Amino acid sequence: MDTVLGIDLPTWWFLLIGALITGYGILDGFDLGAGAIHLFFRKEDSRRIALNAIGPVWDGNEVWLVIGAGSLFAAFPLVYGTILSVFYLPFILFLAAIIFRAISIEFRSKETMTWWRQLWDVSFCISSIVISLLLGLILGNLIQGIPINAKHEFVGRLRDFFNPYALLIAVTVLSLFMMHGAMYLIMKTEDRIFARLTIIANNTSKFFILCFIATSLTTLIYVPHMTAIFKQYPELFILPITAVLIVLNIRRSIEKRQYGRGFISSSITTALLLILFAMGLYPNLVLSSIDPKGHISIYEAASSDGSLRTMLLFAAVGMPLVATYTLFIFWTFRGKVKLEEHSY
Amino acid sequence: MGTSTPFNVEILSRIQFAFTIAFHYIYPPLSIGLGVCLVVMEGLYLKTKDKVYEELTRFWVKIFALIFGIGVATGIVMEFEFGTNWATYSRYVGDIFGSALAAEGIFAFALESAFLGILLFGWNKVSPRVHFMATVLVALGSIFSALWIVVANSWQQTPSGYRIEGTGLQARAIVTDFWAMVFNPSSLERYSHVLIGALLAGSFLVLSVSAWYILKKQYLVHAKAAFRIALWIAAVSALAQLFTGHKSAEVVTKYQPAKLAAMEGHFEKIAPADMYLMGWVNAKEQKTTGLKIPGGLSFLVYQDFKAPIPGLNSIKPENRPTAVNFVFQTYHLMVSIGMSLIALTLFSLYLLYRKKLFETRWLMVVFVFSVLLPQIANQVGWYTAEVGRQPWVVYGLLRTSDALSQAVKAEHVLASLILFTFIYVMLFALFLYLLNKKIQHGPDVKDDRAEPSSRMNPVLN
Repeated sequence: MDTVLGIDLPTWWFLLIGALITGYGILDGFDLGAGAIHLFFRKEDSRRIALNAIGPVWDGNEVWLVIGAGSLFAAFPLVYGTILSVFYLPFILFLAAIIFRAISIEFRSKETMTWWRQLWDVSFCISSIVISLLLGLILGNLIQGIPINAKHEFVGRLRDFFNPYALLIAVTVLSLFMMHGAMYLIMKTEDRIFARLTIIANNTSKFFILCFIATSLTTLIYVPHMTAIFKQYPELFILPITAVLIVLNIRRSIEKRQYGRGFISSSITTALLLILFAMGLYPNLVLSSIDPKGHISIYEAASSDGSLRTMLLFAAVGMPLVATYTLFIFWTFRGKVKLEEHSY
Repeated sequence: MGTSTPFNVEILSRIQFAFTIAFHYIYPPLSIGLGVCLVVMEGLYLKTKDKVYEELTRFWVKIFALIFGIGVATGIVMEFEFGTNWATYSRYVGDIFGSALAAEGIFAFALESAFLGILLFGWNKVSPRVHFMATVLVALGSIFSALWIVVANSWQQTPSGYRIEGTGLQARAIVTDFWAMVFNPSSLERYSHVLIGALLAGSFLVLSVSAWYILKKQYLVHAKAAFRIALWIAAVSALAQLFTGHKSAEVVTKYQPAKLAAMEGHFEKIAPADMYLMGWVNAKEQKTTGLKIPGGLSFLVYQDFKAPIPGLNSIKPENRPTAVNFVFQTYHLMVSIGMSLIALTLFSLYLLYRKKLFETRWLMVVFVFSVLLPQIANQVGWYTAEVGRQPWVVYGLLRTSDALSQAVKAEHVLASLILFTFIYVMLFALFLYLLNKKIQHGPDVKDDRAEPSSRMNPVLN
């Protein structure tokens, strides 16, 4: 099999798509989280500041979703088609929420009537929550495996997706994003909204830690295949241990009012949780809950070596560019948010 | 439940895809065309330091943001629909179509989305030069975006640079030559045609709004400056479109004879073909009636009125497009609009030269409504291309009916179709409402200027 730097091409793409999804989780995670806590701000000015804190960057953050999905389509088309069609209604709702969220941000500032702004505030908040929950719901089902037979045909029903474990993961993702978003907003704000956010960050982080403990225990007990790799390579236990330490560091940072560190910690938490998921999955991309022959591995789903190689070259050129734009934009809009004529 | 709906998954998925892409296709062409207008406006501001151009730029950036936002939101839907509704298609073409889509994300969409932040919110954060650079990059991003999307679509029309691996539902296309895939026989012809259609869409929006101000005698300096810029872009584009349109037709002739036959309602097996200015196709009786130039199509393609061209009857019935009259009508509407845009813009340039343009009120009224023409032409042109390709989703390789998701139920597609219809109708109403509001509000003018600015670029005066 074709390899680059000793790693075969499908594995490269497994890593790359993992990195893109992680980038999406960290970047859009904070603006989704900011949306999810939006209604906790009561004053019009606070809501405007919160919105403008993500204003110049949220669209750029969503690019990571577009590239991630595009890469999955290009590198593992079988998985792209399977996951999206199996989770048909969740993904359609996800798209509807993405549209509502985009237009809420864009339309809110265009009128001054209270009801108009209230309407879009509620729409922004609900769509952010729905997106976070659906991402978690899909993730939760992918962790457990989905009912597909040996021919990779889906044999389950829609209601199978609403099982307790998937719902727990959905709530965990929401709590992570809310905490993450609160910490981002703290860094971008001052005065009244800052004070309010310190309380929100404190509460959401406690909420997240509860979810984190529940998720960890449930996964250990009920989803043993996710932890099988640690029996094989005990030294990898360093990862979950690091995750626990980083999560504790979030609380420590919040108590010491070092919110920048807290934000970095919640970013690393997001990355570590996805890495743990990826390790449980590899070399598969989709697990079958009913028949191990139904698992879809990266080798089975991969596009041709030629295509993967060309695309890898594109990624090697393109991803540093994307990272550069992202950094440039965050650098340009660094510091606390000040409302001005072009603000939302 | 599965059979309780009168429609099947194929019909519903096709309606959903057609509807969501038709709606999406309103916005990216506007963004592309308006982006180019913005580059010219802001470039003139940097060059002349004339406040008029700055105020114009700021005004049109706000409208650009509205259009761009809806374009992105509805574009994400398109990307996901390949997987949700057309999973078999996704598997079949992932190697190729997926690559183009991913390249679009990395090389184009990331560029435009990142620098849009600076375009909208960066006025006081970066220098005018850096802001202009952001405008150029956003415009370039949208132009590259269109390139990759049209490449992906063109491969569906004229596949090349691939081989087929596997059989039946397990078959898939594999890239054998990446650049042959990208520059497949129709890529460049179709891309230039689409790109110029976008320039027309954007410039006619500027023309329409400016004509409205001129009629209302508001923001006259701004409106006339914008009108001149957009009129030049529109006139050059309208003329160029004649050329790219002809090139596209040549490609269709060569690679998609069934589509060409449907475009002209040409049924006879192999015979010289007429060219219709307008007409009606009776597919059942295989008869086309209307105003025609006998042998015109043969002449256009081969410069010979007698040259034989294969008609629909030379193609196996199961490989023919069924909606022949639809393809015929959409194609002819597109061509007629293209011709009228040439006449309209050239006549206006003549009046501009005679310094009578802005006093010709009836023409300004025409321009106010003309914004619809490129939009309609772009839409029907797209229908011609896509419906004319049927029953194939990948021409000659994969049938649309074989491209569906196996896991999706009809009632789920029906539910999603209803949901999208509801959202898009609401979205369109809000878009028109906000667009109208911005137009009514007009550009923010900082000082009252009774006289036209003296430093206005002489080229445009």
